[in-house]
Amino acid sequence: MLETLQNLALGFSVALQPPILFYAFAGCVIGTLVGVLPGVGPLAGISLLLPATFGLDATRAIVLLAGIYYGAMYGGSTTSILMRIPGEAASVMTCIDGYAMARKGRAGAALAIAAVGSFVAGTVSVVGLMLLAPPLASFALRLGPPENFALLLLGLLVLAYMTGGSMLKSLAMAALGLLLGMVGIDPMSGYFRFAYGVVELGDGIGVVPLAVGLFGLAEVLASAGQPTPPKVQKPKLRELLPSRQEWRDSMGPIGRGTVLGFLIGIVPGSAHIISSFVSYAVERRLSRHPEEFGQGAVAGVAGPESANNSATSGAFVPMLALGVPSGPIPAVMLAALMVHGVSPGPLLIQQQPALFWGFIASMYVGNVMLLMLNLPMVGLFVNVLRIPYALLYPAIIVFCVVGVYAVNGSVVDVWIAVTMGVLGWLLRKLDFETAPIVLGAILAPLLEMSLRQSLAMSDGHYAIFVSRPIAAVLLAVGAALLLLGLRAWIVRGLDWRGRLALAEKGDAP
Amino acid sequence: MLTIDRAGGGALVLLALWVLWECRRLPLGSWREPGPGAFPAALALVALGLGIAIVAFGGRATRLGDVDWRETRRALVIVAAGAFLTLGLERVGYRLSVLVMLLFLVGAVERRGLVTTAAFAAGMAWGSFYLFNTLLKVPLPVGPLGF
Repeated sequence: MLETLQNLALGFSVALQPPILFYAFAGCVIGTLVGVLPGVGPLAGISLLLPATFGLDATRAIVLLAGIYYGAMYGGSTTSILMRIPGEAASVMTCIDGYAMARKGRAGAALAIAAVGSFVAGTVSVVGLMLLAPPLASFALRLGPPENFALLLLGLLVLAYMTGGSMLKSLAMAALGLLLGMVGIDPMSGYFRFAYGVVELGDGIGVVPLAVGLFGLAEVLASAGQPTPPKVQKPKLRELLPSRQEWRDSMGPIGRGTVLGFLIGIVPGSAHIISSFVSYAVERRLSRHPEEFGQGAVAGVAGPESANNSATSGAFVPMLALGVPSGPIPAVMLAALMVHGVSPGPLLIQQQPALFWGFIASMYVGNVMLLMLNLPMVGLFVNVLRIPYALLYPAIIVFCVVGVYAVNGSVVDVWIAVTMGVLGWLLRKLDFETAPIVLGAILAPLLEMSLRQSLAMSDGHYAIFVSRPIAAVLLAVGAALLLLGLRAWIVRGLDWRGRLALAEKGDAP
Repeated sequence: MLTIDRAGGGALVLLALWVLWECRRLPLGSWREPGPGAFPAALALVALGLGIAIVAFGGRATRLGDVDWRETRRALVIVAAGAFLTLGLERVGYRLSVLVMLLFLVGAVERRGLVTTAAFAAGMAWGSFYLFNTLLKVPLPVGPLGF
């Protein structure tokens, strides 16, 4: 414990340096704007800003990007409460009761509860990240290629299971991502695979063009020709203070949302979306007045908003400790660190303590900044929505192209992003999830490498995956999840994943 | 009946078959020592199986004809504008290609006024170049005309 506190002191000595404070602040402001603007989710925001971090050192870069991530979670609640438009997907559940509160004249109170809940959840979950990541990293140092293979495979299966909708379709998208990850030079034999003479494809399909295309450009295409947004409910500053009863009603949901969000965040999947859905369901079940949900229940705002912020910190645990991204956003952040020559994983905490603990400390600072930013400046952020979409989307396209081009200075990457944009739009139309594609593409080379290394270790015997206890347990858990996922298919009932898919579409049950 | 699941699953089947066909150029290695073609081929087989299952069980999904395709025309125009920008980026330079694309999208597609369109397009083209290239040191292409 003393060692943790010493490390945290080191982290604060880094995070409180004026340049780091500036980048944390910039990340929080940009993140809030990203969260406020419908159609620009945190993933697109982080991907677009990625090239802007190339001139920075690794600590400043990760502090800026993390600020965007959790800033977007804060900002997403603003449009949900004031306009019934989720600024980003994790705020879908907040729309229901947040907007209902706004219509009753309690918009200010809803915003304050969302901001305080997000602050508490964000701060407490960083404690969890701080305590859990180092021991997990020490444990991960004992894992060999068979365990890594099992862990990566389990990650994909969990993602497919945790994603809303059909598990079969999610698995199909993960397989598509894995196939995309096969493009490029085979690191063990040097063979060019599926490159068709395009030299730039030798390094494979990059995470940034893939993510920007599937999430940024696809969103622009899906929103093409949309009507102007509905009227905004504008709160007055003096209305921001919730009543004593509202505070009392929000305490429990904030606490439960924090714990739930952090635990769900660690698990691969669209953690921040799932956590808010689960939190909403739990609060409704625990409530003495479940009939109030949908009519402006305070718990319906406090729980989901706390959960999606807490999930953000949880998602950093496997990324920093194991080097395994738990979803597309940590995957892009992982890529950002790799651009700076930093390899997240078990050795990161030992080799780069200033970066790791500085990052942790900056999250505490960032949460305080966000609380101070979000409440008094809510009117200012809402004004961003006055920018006509006819001007906003061409600007987003320009930023997408700059973001993708800047990574390698390659037009091929821009073509990939445009192609992925069209693919992402079509897949949305056909109701296929696109997040597993990104994770599949990132994990494919690692999965293949660990499989082939395992077989080299065992002289070609596949029994190595079941004879080593950790690998066997991980594979067994994966198999169990697969069976669980297929159960709903056989029973033909609507399980929680089906309900999540409906909620994400705005048809919350 | 052609549903969204069947359309998606069918596309995945075709992709998997194509990958399997392409894998013939790569050494598969042996069962105990897989070559560079083995993992893609195995993945293609998994994708093929999943695609077939989605097609087989996708009869209850939404009909493809019931999907709302209203934004398609505008989406295709945006894709074309994006393709133009990509083509022009290194040929005519970042600023000029962004300027032309924005003039087209804001002026011709969104039908904004001439002054708004010109000011927005020029401001974005030169402003974003200054922000990224000059301030953030992200090298952006300059064409033969110096833009």
